[in-house]
Amino acid sequence: MGTFWNVWIIGLTLTNLVLVLWVLLANRKVAVSDQDEEENKTTGHVYDGIEEYDNPLPRWWFIMFIGTFIYAGAYLLVYPGLGSWPGLFGWTSVKELRGHQQQADARYADTFGTYANTPIEELARNPEAMKMGLRLFANNCAVCHGADGGGNYGFPNLTDHDWLYGGTPEKIKETITLGRKGAMPAWGTLMGEAGVVNVSEYVLQISGQEHDAAKAEVGAKLYAQNCVACHGADGKGNQLLGAPNLTDDIWLYGGEPQDIRTSVRFGRNGEMPAQQELLKPDRIHLLAAYVYSLSLEQD
Amino acid sequence: MSSNPAVATDHPVYDYKVVRQFAIMTIVWGVVGMGIGVLIAAQLFWPELNDLFQPYSHFGRLRPLHTNAVIFAFGGCALFATSYYVVQRTCQAPLFGGWLVPFTFWGWQLVIVLAIITLPMGYTTTKEYAELEWPIDILIAIVWVSYAIVFFGTIVKRKTDHIYVANWFYGGFILTIAVLHIVNSAFTPVSFMKSYSAYAGAADAMVQWWYGHNAVGFFLTAGFLGMMYYFVPKQAGRPVYSYQLSIVHFWALISVYIWAGAHHLHYSALPDWAQSLGMVMSLILLAPSWGGMINGIMTLSGAWHKLRTDPTLRFLVVSLSFYGMSTFEGPMMSIKTVNALSHNTDWTVGHVHSGALGWVAMISIGSIYHLLPILFGRKEMFSVRLINVHFWLATIGTVLYIASMWVNGIMQGLMWRAFNADGTLTYSFVEAVQASYPGYFVRFLGGLLFLSGMFLMAYNAYRTAKTPATEAVSNDPATQAA
Repeated sequence: MGTFWNVWIIGLTLTNLVLVLWVLLANRKVAVSDQDEEENKTTGHVYDGIEEYDNPLPRWWFIMFIGTFIYAGAYLLVYPGLGSWPGLFGWTSVKELRGHQQQADARYADTFGTYANTPIEELARNPEAMKMGLRLFANNCAVCHGADGGGNYGFPNLTDHDWLYGGTPEKIKETITLGRKGAMPAWGTLMGEAGVVNVSEYVLQISGQEHDAAKAEVGAKLYAQNCVACHGADGKGNQLLGAPNLTDDIWLYGGEPQDIRTSVRFGRNGEMPAQQELLKPDRIHLLAAYVYSLSLEQD
Repeated sequence: MSSNPAVATDHPVYDYKVVRQFAIMTIVWGVVGMGIGVLIAAQLFWPELNDLFQPYSHFGRLRPLHTNAVIFAFGGCALFATSYYVVQRTCQAPLFGGWLVPFTFWGWQLVIVLAIITLPMGYTTTKEYAELEWPIDILIAIVWVSYAIVFFGTIVKRKTDHIYVANWFYGGFILTIAVLHIVNSAFTPVSFMKSYSAYAGAADAMVQWWYGHNAVGFFLTAGFLGMMYYFVPKQAGRPVYSYQLSIVHFWALISVYIWAGAHHLHYSALPDWAQSLGMVMSLILLAPSWGGMINGIMTLSGAWHKLRTDPTLRFLVVSLSFYGMSTFEGPMMSIKTVNALSHNTDWTVGHVHSGALGWVAMISIGSIYHLLPILFGRKEMFSVRLINVHFWLATIGTVLYIASMWVNGIMQGLMWRAFNADGTLTYSFVEAVQASYPGYFVRFLGGLLFLSGMFLMAYNAYRTAKTPATEAVSNDPATQAA
């Protein structure tokens, strides 16, 4: 904060407070005491029949007002508030937050650290650890993947043994730590509307759904030219690229003909955010075990 | 009365036409604005109601319409009506400004109609309580400056030596709202209905809440204190309790309120010093706020018995109690530690409504009940019993509303911050939403009660206006005296 703004803030604050205090003190006493009068005196003004009494300020109210001033003065001395004055103890909200974080880290290092070296396969069968995993999942993952991990439109189901990027403990941990970016390019301009329809019919064919055989035949050629690189010649996808298997009945963005056409025409972009900054390795380890356990239970 | 030339009087003929127009529109917009409020409260309990007429009926579009309609349409019309009435009578001068007077009425109604059209269509600046897009902002600025010319012009022409305290508050409110609106609405237009704020980042947030909190402080507080200072002593027939208190709490209130907006941005990117200063000023604000409540309630000393028979006075006095309660709650919620619990919960919504329903709406309703018989030349309202029913509907409705939001708000705050022994959160967000369901129903019920009272008022006002006056005597002591 520059000197000008510093002086500006302090000046305005103090001037305002001093003026209010002056108005308060200057009007504390009434010019003419009403002590001896049965009826209070009025100011003598009359407005549309309304008169005003000359009563003094209520004592309790005056004391309360002064009390808030004393509190304000003390607060502005202890905490930052008057321009660049840092306060007596150098408190800042960032320091307070860091302190809380350090306390939490220290307190929970043991809690989560206990499991840091246990292999994920073993952890996934430990009920105590999985109770914590469930909570971590509810706090951090459920908003997209659902409380039961069953997924949602655009958010993969984690319980169905179908993995976009692989379902080994290592791969799950990698996905949580670094996040994933799934990008299907838009083909509408390149293939034209007829191309989009034909290739979609082919996708319907390899996934075993009702389709137009003639269009699918044309589409097969387009597929071979444009789609095999990621989804593979057999359409079974590629976990290295996160390209989905097109031959099963699992659809991230819907498997109806119009859904598939939309995916081809406009492409799709999915993002799993990286958690390494937010959750730290101990918790990610536990969480990976929990996600791994979701498909174990179906074995 | 201009129709009776035999009345020789040194009091001028006051302009009641514009007061009548604004008073009637206060009731109309009250019904509309609170009706939308009840609808969006119902949407939180029955989400299917969002789909009535998508996308126009969506909560996200109707919520700003609700706030604009109750604050600026209902509250605004009540302020116009009463300030035009009070400034004339306490200055003993007719309204200044000629054609500007009807212009403020029709201009303000146009602003409201444009809000009702554009907000459901999705046009919004996204600034809370300042959502209207730039062409409407310009219209508001023009109408508001005209209002200031009419009001201060009338003060200048006054026949009294001093300026009555009600007019200090009305004047402070008019001036400050002009500054707040113009500064916060500074924009760069990019097309006919799209603009970008002139500010960015934390500075934009600070300007927005400097505006937002003073919309509460000046529009919803100072303006309505002006109303209080005329209608409470008038209805009670007693002098104002303390002139000294008026002076102290007026200057303290208007100068300290301006600083308090930063408490809306606790624990945000706003620099620490600004947050602390906002909190400290909010705490100092407690005494000046209570000054108004004390001056209003103590004005009744010697006239408490009137509460038994006069439901209009009951509206005015209970509004002061709610004012005292919410201005105690406000400074408490501005304390960082309390704010850490209350922020973003329904507690905030309840706090706003204890002020909006309990204070702003009730004092307006009481004042309009005082005004209507005078404006339509009758001795009293068509039905005093209906005023009493309205009073109970409004009071019970407000209590249900704020109590349910306290419960919901504190519960949400506690659920969001509950941790398991392993440091994970005990509840997911949706669990807190689920737990809030019963409260949402009670809130809907409270709002419905309040709204039904407004329908009674509309009926009562209609009958008062339509039934021919049984006696041609005006309630006006000024003309009676002549």
